[in-house]
Amino acid sequence: MPDYQAPLRDLRFVMDEMLDFPAHYARLPGGEEASPDVVNAILAEGARFTREVLLPLNQSGDREGCLLEGGEVKAPKGFKEAYRQYVEGGWPSLSAEPEFGGQGLPHSLGMVLSEMICATNLAWGMYPGLSHGAADALRHHGSDEQKASYLTKLVEGVWTGTMCLTEPHCGTDLGLIKTRAVPTGDGAYEISGTKIFISAGEHDLAENIVHLVLAKLPDAPEGSKGISLFVVPKFLPDADGNPGERNGVTCGSLEHKMGIHGNATCVMNFDAARGFLVGPPNKGLACMFTMMNVARIGVGIQGLGLMEASFQNALAYARDRLQMRALSGAREPAKPADPIIVHPDVRRMLLTQKAFAEGGRMLVMYTAKLVDLVEHDQDAAERERAEALLGLLTPVVKAFLTEVGFEATNEGVQVLGGHGFIREWGMEQFVRDARITRLYEGTTGVQALDLLGRKVLMSQGETLKLFTKEIHKFCQAKAGDPALKEFIEPLAKLNAEWGELTMEVGMKAMHDREEVGAASVDFLMYSGYVTLAYLWARAAKQAQRSLGGDEDAFYKAKLDTARFFYQRLLPRTRAHAQMIQAGAASLMTISAEDFGLGFEI
Amino acid sequence: MKILVAVKRVIDYNVKIRVKPDNSDVDLTNVKMAMNPFCEIAVEEAVRLKERGVASEVVAVTVGPKAAQEQLRTALALGADRAIHINTSAETDEKVESLAVAKLLQKVVEEEQPQLVILGKQAIDTDNNQTGQMLAALTGLPQGTFASEVKVEGDKLQVTREIDGGLQTVALSLPAIVTTDLRLNEPRYAKLPDIMKAKKKPLATQTPAELGVEVASKVTLLKVESPAERQGGIKVGSVDELVEKLKNEAKVIS
Repeated sequence: MPDYQAPLRDLRFVMDEMLDFPAHYARLPGGEEASPDVVNAILAEGARFTREVLLPLNQSGDREGCLLEGGEVKAPKGFKEAYRQYVEGGWPSLSAEPEFGGQGLPHSLGMVLSEMICATNLAWGMYPGLSHGAADALRHHGSDEQKASYLTKLVEGVWTGTMCLTEPHCGTDLGLIKTRAVPTGDGAYEISGTKIFISAGEHDLAENIVHLVLAKLPDAPEGSKGISLFVVPKFLPDADGNPGERNGVTCGSLEHKMGIHGNATCVMNFDAARGFLVGPPNKGLACMFTMMNVARIGVGIQGLGLMEASFQNALAYARDRLQMRALSGAREPAKPADPIIVHPDVRRMLLTQKAFAEGGRMLVMYTAKLVDLVEHDQDAAERERAEALLGLLTPVVKAFLTEVGFEATNEGVQVLGGHGFIREWGMEQFVRDARITRLYEGTTGVQALDLLGRKVLMSQGETLKLFTKEIHKFCQAKAGDPALKEFIEPLAKLNAEWGELTMEVGMKAMHDREEVGAASVDFLMYSGYVTLAYLWARAAKQAQRSLGGDEDAFYKAKLDTARFFYQRLLPRTRAHAQMIQAGAASLMTISAEDFGLGFEI
Repeated sequence: MKILVAVKRVIDYNVKIRVKPDNSDVDLTNVKMAMNPFCEIAVEEAVRLKERGVASEVVAVTVGPKAAQEQLRTALALGADRAIHINTSAETDEKVESLAVAKLLQKVVEEEQPQLVILGKQAIDTDNNQTGQMLAALTGLPQGTFASEVKVEGDKLQVTREIDGGLQTVALSLPAIVTTDLRLNEPRYAKLPDIMKAKKKPLATQTPAELGVEVASKVTLLKVESPAERQGGIKVGSVDELVEKLKNEAKVIS
């Protein structure tokens, strides 16, 4: 069975040494609760809980899967008990506001805990995973009555939440939804329709499930401007706020999936279910986006957690497995063969995992800081800047970390050779579980369009400039430092090129809109590598400065990993740049009919 | 009833132990530290006695460097009411030996006058298994060691002890000293709100000098070595060969 230790030392490096979270927390209103000793205690206990309670259920949950019987869904053995412990421990409410039963700790801290949950049991994590987003949508857009009915229960985890968007014929293009909402005359609505791919749509972990559902009002305009958001509970709250009458929303079937088998992904049938409008009519999509942005970063964190888990186990195997001798002569002559970690290609795979996981952690925590600022900063200008940067980086966190997360978990299988393919070792599960992260909450393609189209080009490049300026300043400040030359020089070049490539695509797009779509995924991957290069350079700076103490080994390993990233992963930007510049023609010329000429008769 | 619980900061039981290259000690650089698992059981037992209404106050105490306050905060998060830190940083960089710890705890017992003192039976770093016994001798209090069950009945304490070949139940008069064995209880996880509240609970600091106890080491640590690496086994062809090898090579039967 795979093992996992929360990377507490690395988190301390990223949070305390690199990004100065102690000062950041001290500045936040209510941040005095998050003093370094409390943060350390919370992370240590979170590490313990996830390792001891969630990890042992990961493989068994994957094998057992969920069971639908008479409309009720049973989660795998142990999931319910683990959830009970999670709720009792007060973990769901970590970053929620005290007025709704939360602990009022910064969001960023919840994101760290989230990494640990995703690394130990992603399928389990998807049960409470969407409650947070559902609570956010109600907090921002719900009426006082709705807040009173649902918010505290969701925050405390007594009830869980879902997001019901996708329908059989539409997912990305929600303007096409068919679910209807008919007013009942008493201020409520009857919701009818079918939703699919609903994570945790039905289960036995919590006493009630709060569905947030997109549906159309009778007089709604066509397309995405005619969508409204409704709250539809599984059990309608009674006069005391407890689960009362069973509502007309049921699980029709469970999806049979490639991964996250332990999570109930449901087809949900709404049959004149009683629902209540959240926010203004026909503004549902905007309200839902409150949930989507949080959820998208959450999915990026899933990629990160899975990479870390796969890396730790691949590393243990590579140190242990004896096979062949090192090319330059035996390293452990007393043993029948050397451990495979001596071989350059095994090291390439391990370092790829390590560099993406540690770099990914920096990216997540950098973004987490922005999330805190958007939510809490007192200074309007600061808040606006954080919001713009967060908007820019959200699709990068989501798509880049899940793309490289899939690559890194695959390398984890590869390190184990044939054993990686055997279920018992658990390495293939990381790959299967990671596969969904590139899809849900908007595929990589959708994230790439969001990044290049909406965030970068629609702002005339201003949002991107905000970030490249920060990188530029960093490069300038460190330009004279010979110890950092190997990082700063290539970073400065890439940073300039990032702007130039954007300009080029922007110019082309003025003549042909298809150019945006054609360049988008390569642009996103390019952006991901440059962003990680910036953060790795900052890590290198920090590590360089800390050399000479009794933790030299840690800082040297950090520098060596930074070098690996710059020399072995960053060159991929060359290919992406070239593909961005290749333009749309090679994609668009061939007709839909001509695609099949090789086999169609 | 007031309960005093002693806790110790040790290397986390999950950590793979590394010996320093010069064999002078275990390498603690950059290593995760935690509360000794037997001490967790001691805290849990005290908190349960309080939850059952048997105890009215739980005081956690530790002897160690400044960083050991983390373990006191853990005890507070788990339900202790207040904590006492005997800070040895000024006096010694080294581990404080069991006898010195027992003498320090004796002073705390004199000051606090608890009805019950609960300690782990041993710490997983040095495995001495003697502090509780020494404390009982120094304070002249009765002791129930290796406890797998603890019952308070009036001013009597019934302790079920895990001994070779079975269980032994002893009755002690309070105040008394108890050391915990593995099966006494299963410690809980700290709850998030309690971790936050722990910060606001009182934590008093004292020094060995203030308590008039000499903590300088009387034992010199000569050498620490990793256990010999496990050698691969061999396959035997028959029972006779096995018996022959056990007799003549391993010499475990005759």
